[in-house]
Formats: sequence, structure tokens, C-alpha cells
Amino acid sequence: MSLDPATVRRIAKLARIRLDDGEVSRLQGELNGILGWIEQLSEVDVEGVAPLTGGARIAMRMRADAVTDGGQAEKILANAPDRAGEFFAVPKVVE
Amino acid sequence: MLCDLSILDAAAGLRRRDFSARELVGAHVDAVAALNPRLNAFITETPELAMRQAEAADRALADGSAGPLAGIPLAIKDLFCTEGVRTTAGSRILGNFVPPYESTVSAQLLRDGAVFLGKANLDEFAMGSSNMTSAYGSVQNPWQRRGSNVALVPGGSSGGSAASVAARMAMGSTGTDTGGSIRQPAAFCGIAGIKPTYGRCSRWGIVAFASSLDQAGAFGRSVADCALLLGSMAGFDPKDSTSVERPVPDYVAACKRGVRGLRIGVPAEYRMDGMNAEVELLWQNGLGWLREAGAEIVDVSLPHTKYGLATYYIVAPAEASSNLARYDGVRFGMRQDGVDLIDLYERTRAAGFGDEVKRRIMIGTYVLSAGYYDAYYLRAQKVRALILRDFTDVFGKVDALLTPTAPTAAFAQGEKMDDPIAMYLNDVFTVPASMAGVPGMSVPAGLDGQGLPLGLQVIGRPFDEETVFAVSQVIEDSAGFGARPQVRAGEE
Repeated sequence: MSLDPATVRRIAKLARIRLDDGEVSRLQGELNGILGWIEQLSEVDVEGVAPLTGGARIAMRMRADAVTDGGQAEKILANAPDRAGEFFAVPKVVE
Repeated sequence: MLCDLSILDAAAGLRRRDFSARELVGAHVDAVAALNPRLNAFITETPELAMRQAEAADRALADGSAGPLAGIPLAIKDLFCTEGVRTTAGSRILGNFVPPYESTVSAQLLRDGAVFLGKANLDEFAMGSSNMTSAYGSVQNPWQRRGSNVALVPGGSSGGSAASVAARMAMGSTGTDTGGSIRQPAAFCGIAGIKPTYGRCSRWGIVAFASSLDQAGAFGRSVADCALLLGSMAGFDPKDSTSVERPVPDYVAACKRGVRGLRIGVPAEYRMDGMNAEVELLWQNGLGWLREAGAEIVDVSLPHTKYGLATYYIVAPAEASSNLARYDGVRFGMRQDGVDLIDLYERTRAAGFGDEVKRRIMIGTYVLSAGYYDAYYLRAQKVRALILRDFTDVFGKVDALLTPTAPTAAFAQGEKMDDPIAMYLNDVFTVPASMAGVPGMSVPAGLDGQGLPLGLQVIGRPFDEETVFAVSQVIEDSAGFGARPQVRAGEE
């Protein structure tokens, strides 16, 4: 399986990373190299093996569905690149 | 020389009033000022904060309220959020990020009286094995090849954490390990480093890379120093749903247990074709030391070892692509304006992330995308289950495993940079334990022919860090590793 430039552009779009033409060409080579190397996993017999989804072999802990925190708008907004009052500000989304 | 002391000796000296915390911390602040322009081990230095914390430690030592780490100067990997102190994760995208909260692990170190010298350099978002991907410049290894001044890498991703301790700028440091990011730099810098069991330390407040693998751990110049630091860092935290609710044992005491009667496994698959002869010899020495100390050496097999790295390079990028989606230029971090919101996201992420991070986000996005998920991601999770089964089977027969930490000693800055896979192969011995979530520790065990340190790795059962410390202590005692790097405090 080999990625063409259009697929590299599509992945970049999904990942929300802007690429110029030079980067598309470079990444195409690098990603194909890595994916080719990863291909070795296809030789492993995984028939009937349940996937391991997490790092800990314990069930997730449950907790009460209760509000335990809040009222920290200033702290949350302290690192915002742009704000308007108690809101994050972004360019106009809806015309 | 205060900067040469172990943490345990410094803590005893502070309590005997041989020196004050202000003197101890002052010596290290001076060492950072003298050496950091050359080594670049710290992204952000916090000398004023350190001296204020030292004064508080002296007061606590005087009134009897001092914690076990009172007055001990540490470096904190710049992946741990520190309240009011810039936290960059080694990335441009977080270049101006000042967390309004403290990570659980660093908060526990502060609770016990530790002093923070600054934020240690790392590969961007902890993605790397050389510290060459940091947006804040590479870190130089304080060790040099005999008769050469070529700058070597300290390993990665926790390269600044390891270099600062090796160069005697800090007495100990925190790191994080996702595929080897504590153990490999510890080996390259000639110090000890432990990655505990997944779930042992809270991940709350640590900038996330691959959440099912990330685990905090400690660096020190001795096994017992790592044990003391881990005892402070570890423990249940309700704020991390994967943190495990079980008591933290006395790790320092565990270091003295010895290995008499223990069964130590030697995994056949770690003896690779074309293995470095010096690494092979060191491994045999390590096994000999453990046998002499009363352990039984047992040949074992971890059949899926060779698939560890390929599995890792699906699982970790997949999780990273999801975790790093939060860097959108809206709520925190840098922003590049665009004509609309999508354009803003794309420009911000293009300008904010470095090449290796982009590469991994792209791989992760691809293996999770419709039509490829089963072939790549689901298959990798199944192979990961087989890797875990290998370890579970082996730990039915032995108490711990001994392997080399890394295939070679530290390499030169710039080497392996044009071939991502050659760089990834650095972690061939460390990644399997990460995939299985079991604890691993690197201990300095000797020098290669060029005078560079080599490490041995001890791998233990889940939550049995005590046996890992006991075995590591025997390696340390038997190796008698007294070598020090050329670049260090007092030698600048």
C-alpha cells in the first residue's frame, strides 16, 4: 500500500495541518517508508486475539456524576490568544 | 563538592546542618548558570523561585516540619505543567503557555519539600530519541568520546532531564517514558532512571503524547535516589482515571533486599543479529554479577519482541493525533490568523508543530482513518495484546528480566536524522515493556571502548518496582560505576 500525493493532502486536511507542495512530496516519501516498515505486522497471526485497548489492565473507575469544580473562567482564559469578555474569540464562522 | 552528593547524602547533610538548603541550592543554581549555555538542558531556568524554595526548606528543617525532599534541587521535564511557570512541551505551539495549575506529580514533589531549578529540555511533545526535535534547540550530552569534542546527543525524549543530572546541575529530575524516554537517556548519560508501572504515577497535568503508554518516572545518579524520588511522585490520584489505587511501598528499603533466590530471565529475542559486542559483553557481566549475588539465571522467550517497535509506531501516533487535536490556536498556545476558522487551525498547526510531530500526527490520522483502521490500528492493538501475553507468561517463571537498555552508546548530534526508522530503532529494547505497561529501570553498568556509558535494563512484574530496585541496586553495587562526564559542575 503506497500513499499518493492526493492521499497525503487528504490526511493533512483531516489533521488540520497546512502543507506546501515541497512538504507533500517529502512527507509522501517518509510516510511510505514508515508504513512499509509497519507492514511487517501483517505476518503476525492475530486470529482470535482480543485487542488491548489501554495501558492498564483494570476496569475504569466510576465516579458520581457531580459538579466538583468550576468558577474559574479567568484561569481558563488566561492563555487564550484572543478573548471577548468571558469568551474565546475566533474569526467569523457563520456568514 | 555539594553538586556531587547523592540525594540521600544531601538530605542527611541538611539534617546534620553540615550545610544549609540555601548553600546546596545556590551551588546548583550557579552550576546551571555556568553550564546551561553550553548544554541547553533547561528551556526555562527558575533561580529566584529555587532560592525562595530553599529558604522555605531551611525554615522547615529548623522547625522540624521538613519533608523527605526538603531543599533538594531538581529539574522538571518541561512536559509537567507547573503553576505560573511557562510549560512548552518543547514545542513552538506552547511557547507562551503558563499553566494555571500544577501537575499531580510535581505537586507531590513540592509537598515533600523539593526545590525546582527549572524546566528541562525535551524532544517536541516527547517525540524523539535524541532531543534533536526540541523547538528550543538540541541538548548536548555532558559525556564525550575519548579524545574527541564532537557533541553527542543525551538521548530522548527526556534528554535535558538526564543531562542536567549527569552534569551535576540537578541532583535528580522527573521524566516521562512512552517508549523508552527515561531509560534510553539514562543509559546515554550514565545515570539511573526508572519508568514505573503504567498507572503508578498520575498523568494529571502532564502534557499528553500517547495516553495508554505515557508514564512519569525519575532520574538520579544512584538507584536509591530514584527510589526516593519515585516514592514521592507515585500514588493514587482521583484526577487520573488510569491511576491505580494501591499503596506506595518503601522503595528505598526495597533497594537493600538483594537478589538471593530470585530468578532472573534472559530473553533470547533481545540477542539480535549484529549486536554491538561491547553491549553483549556488558549484558553477560550483568548476568554474572546477579548470579554471584545469589540469583538464578533463566533463559526465557518473549516471541513477539521484534514486533514491538512497529506496534508502537501505530499505537503511539494514533493516540498522539487525537491528543494533539487540542492545539487549535483558540483556547491556549500560539495562533496564526487565517481567512476563516479552518484556515486558522491549519496555519496555526503548520507553524506551531515541528517536522517529527507533523509526521506522527499524519501517521496517526492515517491509521485511524476510515478503511485503514482495521488493517493498522486494530491489528496493532491485537499484537500489543500478544506482547503483553509474552510478559505475563514469562513472569510466571521469573521475577525480573535483564536486558541491555539501548543498542549503542550515545551517538553524535545530527546522526540518524535523515532516516526516521533508524532513529526509532534506538528504542528496540525499551518499547516492549512500554507496550506491556510493566516497570523498567536503566542502570549505568560500564563504559564502551570510546569511554561512553552503557546501561542495563531491569524489567519487573506490574507494580513490583521493589524487585526492580533490588536487582538494579545489585547491578549498581557490582558495576562500581564511578565514571563522571567531562562536562560537569566544578569542571566548567
